[in-house]
Amino acid sequence: MMPIEVSALKKCYGDLKAVDEISFTVNKGEVFGLLGPNGAGKTTTIEILEGLRAKDGGDVKVLGLDPWKNGYELHKKIGVIPQEFTFLEKITPREAIIYYADLFDIKVNPDEILKEVLLEDSAKTNFDSLSGGQKQKTGLALALVGTPEMLFLDEPTTGLDPNARRAIWDVIRGLKAKGKTIILTTHYLDEAQQLADRVAIMDHGHIVAMGTSDEIIAQHGSGERLEIHGTEELAHYIKANTELQVEYDRQRSIISIPLKQKIDALSALAAADQSKMDYGEIQTRRDSLDDVFVKLVSGRVDEHGEIISGNNENNRGAKK
Amino acid sequence: MSSGKRILSDFKVFSRGYLRNRFGLFFGLIFPVILILIFGAIFSGTGTSPVNVYVQNQDVGPFASPQMNIAQQFLNSLNNTGVIKITMVSDSENFSKYLASQSASDGIIIPENFSADYLVGNPVNVIVYGNPTSSTSSIVSGAVNGVINYFNLNYYKQNATPIISVTQTTVNTQQTKYIDFLVPGLIGFAILVSPMFSMVNISSEYKKTKIFKQLSLTPLTKNEWLTSKIMWYITLGVFSFLFMVAVGIFLFGAHITLTVWLIPFLILGPMMFCSLGMLVGTITKNPETAGVIGNVVTFPMMFLSGTFFPISIMPQYLQSIAHVLPLFYIIQGLNNVMVYANYSGAIIDLAVTAVITAVFFLLAVRLFKWRED
Repeated sequence: MMPIEVSALKKCYGDLKAVDEISFTVNKGEVFGLLGPNGAGKTTTIEILEGLRAKDGGDVKVLGLDPWKNGYELHKKIGVIPQEFTFLEKITPREAIIYYADLFDIKVNPDEILKEVLLEDSAKTNFDSLSGGQKQKTGLALALVGTPEMLFLDEPTTGLDPNARRAIWDVIRGLKAKGKTIILTTHYLDEAQQLADRVAIMDHGHIVAMGTSDEIIAQHGSGERLEIHGTEELAHYIKANTELQVEYDRQRSIISIPLKQKIDALSALAAADQSKMDYGEIQTRRDSLDDVFVKLVSGRVDEHGEIISGNNENNRGAKK
Repeated sequence: MSSGKRILSDFKVFSRGYLRNRFGLFFGLIFPVILILIFGAIFSGTGTSPVNVYVQNQDVGPFASPQMNIAQQFLNSLNNTGVIKITMVSDSENFSKYLASQSASDGIIIPENFSADYLVGNPVNVIVYGNPTSSTSSIVSGAVNGVINYFNLNYYKQNATPIISVTQTTVNTQQTKYIDFLVPGLIGFAILVSPMFSMVNISSEYKKTKIFKQLSLTPLTKNEWLTSKIMWYITLGVFSFLFMVAVGIFLFGAHITLTVWLIPFLILGPMMFCSLGMLVGTITKNPETAGVIGNVVTFPMMFLSGTFFPISIMPQYLQSIAHVLPLFYIIQGLNNVMVYANYSGAIIDLAVTAVITAVFFLLAVRLFKWRED
């Protein structure tokens, strides 16, 4: 049995299909990233897995349990930080840990947990006086109180500055090293690349790609290509004088030529030279996860998770 | 782990958080006491400044000698008591209309031929105007009675029958002071305001910021959570009650009775308004709407339920409105217990309060959800 098994999961808000028949499994001890822009269905998916939201269709098993029906059982085994974790204003991280331990009726050493999430220095500061990063760490600390086998982190670093984000990453890496299974949603590509063993890219309620970064790039990337910094005219010239496929990116003034074989690069350069036109830097490169992501979700995503370029900005469902 | 233990640990965390929040503490405990100090001071005559009394002296003489002007001697004696300050009103005025026009309730009328009648031994009658809800009135009637006794005593020496009597007008036979009404009223105020505003805010904010979701991931149940909140507001209400009773009795000399009858009101009251606040926060979409609805529900209750003044002085239509406000029955019940010792009335108020509380509580428990579908 896999720790998480999801098949044909469906959730609608009115007419909007927030999650549209997605299926995936998560392996034990793995960090699994759900990556996608806002409204892709990440939070809905993770909340259904946590037992905080009912599903409309499909099957979900988390640690062998139905999260909605057996929430009480499940919640003793998992740790969760909701998006933009907020807690009672006038409680310190240390007191919050003791409070949770009391509710779960377990004995914990609060200082050990505080150390694990790198929060010892703010142990006695009221929650409303903590920084964004410290608040998230408090959330992580609470998620760890029950020594869960599995952790759900919903956009754990959204809105944090780069330093705070890296600090959270360190904590997550530490948890991964302890063998915890972690499900992470994020709209930061670098976060997924830094932390996740496998990634599912979500868009409009669908999983559009899934696997390790390399697998996704191999599957959806274009392979090796030659890029020449030059004019559109030169691009036309190369296209006219070779058998090669030539694309032109006007914004970046880049002529891009997919290489079926490495020798193709030579014919392209020969044509460029022959044209007597000027051109700048040349390089060969492969698609990064970033390139594939832009291609798959039809646009780039800004730091708040909104699509900033591309052609399908409409119809994105608001999060509920 | 038992439910009780979880409730206690939540109670501990919530009360500690509450006490750390100076704003909440101010509104929960200090503000009602400030109100009682302000209103008590405004309407009590227990200060050193004399009570202003309007006097119409209809006894215009003629007098054979100044010694014969008994009316004037009577007024001088009143002045000499030091507790009242006399303002004369022309005898051409309609006295009761004049009092109303001055927003005053305390007045004295010395009748025509007062001096002559007194001297020849005909019975005379002094009319005293007063307001039962104002403690100044009892000071005035006390002073007048004292002076009359003195004059009667003087007369006795000669004739042996009391000759001056007093008629009290618009004065209820109930010798209740304003502060006696104010203490139960403001206890009701504290029972209403603190849990109501707090729970409206908490229930809508916790929903928005997903704290409820967060808590739903622990073994704490929503009913345990709500129970611990009610326990806290009962505790707070009891402290409020003790403060206000102490201020009322020791600072303003309120005459109030403390019996076990108060206990059910002090438990049901906070429970009622915790539930109502929870309901408002639950059925509204966001904290802003919840705040508006909360105010719409709370403010009329705050002023029209007999908190700051008895509803008997309000126009009839407002009195009818008061009867549909849940707080009214709590305050009336507290008045019946603390001021009138009218327990058969109190039991009806208690029954109405219990029913309303049960309805609000059950609705709140039913509609309030940790998680979303």
